[in-house]
Amino acid sequence: MKKLMMSSAALALTATALSADEVRVYNWSDYIDEALLEKFEQETGIELIYDVFDSNEVLETKLLAGGSGYDVVVPTGTFLSRQIQAGVFQPLDKAQLPNLDNMWDVIEERTAQYDPGNAYSINYMWGTTGIGVNLGKVQEILGADAPIASLSLIFDPGNMEKLASCGVHFLDAPTEMIPAALTYMGEDPDSKDEEALARAEEVLSAVRPHVQKFHSSEYINALANGDICVAFGWSGDILQARDRAAEADNGVEIVYNAPNEGALMWFDQMAIPADAPNPEAAHTFLNFIMDAQNMAEASNYVYYANGNEASKEFLVEDVIGDTAIYPDEAALQNLYTVTTWAPRDQRNLTRSWTRIKSGT
Amino acid sequence: MQRLVLIAVPYAWLLALFLVPFAIVFKISLSDIALAIPPYTPTLDDGLATFFAALDFENFTFLASDDLYWKAYLSSLQIASVSTVLTLFVAYPIAYGMARAPQEWRPTLMMLVILPFWTSFLIRVYAWMGILSQEGFLNQFLLWTGIVGQPLTILNTNIAVYIGIVYTYLPFMILPIYAALDRLDGSLIEAAEDLGCSRFQAFWLVTIPLSRNGIIAGSFLVFIPALGEFVIPSLLGGSQTLMIGKVLWEEFFNNRDWPVASAVAVILLLILIVPIVLFQRNQQKQAEQDA
Repeated sequence: MKKLMMSSAALALTATALSADEVRVYNWSDYIDEALLEKFEQETGIELIYDVFDSNEVLETKLLAGGSGYDVVVPTGTFLSRQIQAGVFQPLDKAQLPNLDNMWDVIEERTAQYDPGNAYSINYMWGTTGIGVNLGKVQEILGADAPIASLSLIFDPGNMEKLASCGVHFLDAPTEMIPAALTYMGEDPDSKDEEALARAEEVLSAVRPHVQKFHSSEYINALANGDICVAFGWSGDILQARDRAAEADNGVEIVYNAPNEGALMWFDQMAIPADAPNPEAAHTFLNFIMDAQNMAEASNYVYYANGNEASKEFLVEDVIGDTAIYPDEAALQNLYTVTTWAPRDQRNLTRSWTRIKSGT
Repeated sequence: MQRLVLIAVPYAWLLALFLVPFAIVFKISLSDIALAIPPYTPTLDDGLATFFAALDFENFTFLASDDLYWKAYLSSLQIASVSTVLTLFVAYPIAYGMARAPQEWRPTLMMLVILPFWTSFLIRVYAWMGILSQEGFLNQFLLWTGIVGQPLTILNTNIAVYIGIVYTYLPFMILPIYAALDRLDGSLIEAAEDLGCSRFQAFWLVTIPLSRNGIIAGSFLVFIPALGEFVIPSLLGGSQTLMIGKVLWEEFFNNRDWPVASAVAVILLLILIVPIVLFQRNQQKQAEQDA
């Protein structure tokens, strides 16, 4: 009997291997433990082709052009929302995703505002956008009471002028920076109002001369090596920089804080393009990722929180115990989400961003 | 008949690889942004009548209404012109040296000029980031020699963009100039010197005019791609570096406004057509002279 079961299992395995021999995943750079990719191939016999990007815009353009050839992609919630409207994705076949039971309702509630009913996507990671500092250098320049958890660190020209000498990087993502500037001004971070946008632009333009670079991934290494002392970036990236610096033992101590005026909370969602060549294998991949153990391994590696309740017991203390990753109840109240930008608002936003960066 | 076939080949090439793509881009530039795949409307599926009725020049009037675009065009023209002149100054002595080198060295020298192409263009530009950065080779060398007391900020400025363009396009300038100088009859220089020219006068009055065609060909080969350059300014330039290639990227990727992006591309092409036509004429004239 046992033998029979084994051979039927082997048969089933070859059947899946035949129908689902290849899955193409397009994810953010530095965003997974590569051991997981190998584990997936070994467990399922599906060959995994893994590509990376570092901006939502690049992903979106590929998706809108059609025929991207990817089976699984990972856009951020705000982008996902309008991509769903454009008909980019196929609804998930939840029957193929038994591990959906592991998901965390607190996060699912919030992602539903981008993907109603979570019909098209599952949460991969979520995090906040905030301030990473090289503690030693910043305290040397601004004194021991430097406001490292306040947006005034990066939006007060007085502070920025002093910090310029040791290097400040901002994300090259207006959808992250403008809500932060609006928060600093005490405005609604989700405001799409042209007049509010103009004032946010003034705040950013005033500190622009002191920003060394606008880039969305270079700051990880730059912070870790001590080349820059402040970065406004994504939580997990800055925590990765912290760990790389600790490993290198180069005397650089990196600290991350979600700004206490309020921090943007974002969600990176895994979804399957409507024209995915192998949707079945894509579902297998999603189900594999939602496995509690696997999801925990992913988070333990990239230092981002995930939307998987069951994975919590497998998380290392460094991750689950760190309020920079898993904020406590009070901190969670301080996080805000933003909605997607309509084409006209997006044009104003990009134009404003170009003016801020180039002065034109 | 045979002649006709021969002529048809380049024209078919031009039609398939230039005119058809241009017609598609031009068509998109007349359409409107939409939330769909592809992200513009109308498409040909809508039926021909609706399709043509929905096209308009709105995107072009929009480009005229914002100073960003013409500033970017002007700044690209400036960067492309300055880098072309700089490349010429660097390339000419190299080409001259190659043409004057002993015959048996020339293949090796030619090889050395072409050799960088064996490495990916992207990697070579990345390498410049390593050389020009604050902690890069160049600054470390300058600090070591004591020429500068503080590391220079070169990376993320327009200077780095010039360095990148000159470096990348140098072979395109060297090779046509070398070809022109190689064909130069040495006895003409001797004759000039016999007739009382100094060496410099002979160079200025004989060598330069005779290599004119090489200079012109090289300059176009550098100027035209430099004008629409995207990779070099985005990797080496700072955020104040304004080039039309970057503006095009933003329209396409950040605003996902393919119609406006296409309008930007159409105008860029119109700007390029003038030098391209001049270049063609020059080539033709040269061909006639040779014949």
